Amino acid sequence: MSTPLERDLIRQSAATLATAIAEGELSAREVTQAHLDRIWEVDDRVHAFLHVDAEGALATADAVDAGRAAGDPLGPLAGVPLALKDILAMKGVPTTCGSRILEGWRPPYDATVVERLRAAGIPILGKTNMDEFAMGSSTEHSAYGPTRNPWDLDRIPGGSGGGSAAAIAAFEAPLAIGTDTGGSIRQPAAVTGTVGVKPTYGGVSRYGLVALASSLDQAGPCARTVMDTALLHAAIGGYDPRDSTSIPDAMPDVVAAAARADVRGMRIGLVRELSGEGYQAGVEQRFREAVEILEHLGAEVVEVSCPHFEYALGAYYLILPSECSSNLARFDGMRYGLRVGDDGNASVEDVMSLTREAGFGPEVKRRVMLGTYALSSGYYDAYYGQAQKVRTLIQRDFDAAFAQCDVLISPTAPTTAFRIGEKVDDPLAMYLNDVATIPVNMAGNCAMSLPVGLAPEDSLPVGLQVMAPPMADDRLYLVGGALEGALLDRWGHLLIEEVPSL
Amino acid sequence: MTPVPRLARMSAITRAEVAHLARLARLDLAEDELDHYAEQLDVILTSVARVSEVAADDIPPTSHPVPLVNVTRPDVARPGLSRDEALAAAPAVEDDRFRVPRILEEQE
Repeated sequence: MSTPLERDLIRQSAATLATAIAEGELSAREVTQAHLDRIWEVDDRVHAFLHVDAEGALATADAVDAGRAAGDPLGPLAGVPLALKDILAMKGVPTTCGSRILEGWRPPYDATVVERLRAAGIPILGKTNMDEFAMGSSTEHSAYGPTRNPWDLDRIPGGSGGGSAAAIAAFEAPLAIGTDTGGSIRQPAAVTGTVGVKPTYGGVSRYGLVALASSLDQAGPCARTVMDTALLHAAIGGYDPRDSTSIPDAMPDVVAAAARADVRGMRIGLVRELSGEGYQAGVEQRFREAVEILEHLGAEVVEVSCPHFEYALGAYYLILPSECSSNLARFDGMRYGLRVGDDGNASVEDVMSLTREAGFGPEVKRRVMLGTYALSSGYYDAYYGQAQKVRTLIQRDFDAAFAQCDVLISPTAPTTAFRIGEKVDDPLAMYLNDVATIPVNMAGNCAMSLPVGLAPEDSLPVGLQVMAPPMADDRLYLVGGALEGALLDRWGHLLIEEVPSL
Repeated sequence: MTPVPRLARMSAITRAEVAHLARLARLDLAEDELDHYAEQLDVILTSVARVSEVAADDIPPTSHPVPLVNVTRPDVARPGLSRDEALAAAPAVEDDRFRVPRILEEQE
């Protein structure tokens, strides 16, 4: 005889599973095994994972079960399994960043995020698919083939963290880690009906996170509920002396904020520039309905203007390629990774060029060349220098808006999930997916995406973005928790429960 | 603000310029890639060049979202990777060292 909890195990929240494990109702091993079984069952169609580490995940689960039996105190997510984006180094486990150039590479060390997951007793199921080196908004730029959206397998799951979002939406894992340089946690969350948070820059250690654009990159939590996201955020966040940009101050209590879930008396700013032209009708409709709910819950909603946001995309596509062309120079085929053309005669430069040509995909090459161009002498001031000034103006727009409002909101992405192949060779069309998420990366503050319904025209998920000032990540959870609760009352279930069974 | 004089020229990136960028970036691009990227980089650069519309002459640049401060730690030795760990992922190893291709021109 199985209990309802056991029958529906993979559909439970991480919080529910953690409680059941702590109380001995379920073992960490059976919870982990159930998710591994689900991966075997559906991942040939979803392709969320690049590598599954069943042995390692079960070993962690067994350690949690043994610790519990011995009476050791368990962390709040002990035994609840997780999917890890393949851009975080995990000792001894293949880490490819979705690239051929790192095929087969097994890092000799753990990222700080991975260390903290291990310390929390969280079994790591495997590594999730992504756009190569996190460059993309659809996961189609993975060298290992696209991930598919569980809501419609012909559509993209967003990117670059499409694998992490799809794994959660397909019930292959209740938790995942993503990274967000221009929206790579939030946009996949939006198009898969899940929750994702880009923490304040410096809030989660970047040590062991393979760098795309160091001044923009930030790892963060992904889950199906706001509370699960908060629990994971608390597990991975906080100061790390190995990341020189890590913030030493204490993190805000995001778990308490998710539990409080209250927007009464809050001032919420609607960003005028993040709506209108280019935003799908059904996205705007569901967004407006969510705004009405927030007002009904006791928030005051006002319109604010951030006039430089319209230049954020252009500035981002100068700053990001510049940083990435520099960061990716390390992939030279000398100390690790692919090496091509080393025939004993070819020079080191020939081998580097042949290796990078063979090892990098088209989007990486485009951005590396763009960055090389933007940083070249004669163009530097007009492009990179000007983009850095625009970055200052975007920060000032945020400062002015947060002087009037506690949080800002917008749709997370201008459209719902598009079809695989639709934009893959049209870089500008692809870049526009991140138009609403990029300003936050440029300013370094924090943001969440959470589901607010299905667009009437295509029955696909719509995400709402909440943006808060630096180190006010708790406000994301106050708003997200309140809105999620109101939608739950209205629908009687979470949106993700409407995802088609695979 | 005064228009940036190079913009007009920059909006049309040539095939030769792409080949130059590829050399600088150590990418041995194929002939058909040069044509394809010339077209795409031109479209992207034309679009991002909009940042020049912003009057920002007196605005300080921001390189980083939070003010950077120098971070140091006590000068205490900590274990690093062992030789075998460091060499484990190397494409080629010789005499317990990374073996790399020729770094000097033959006539040198």
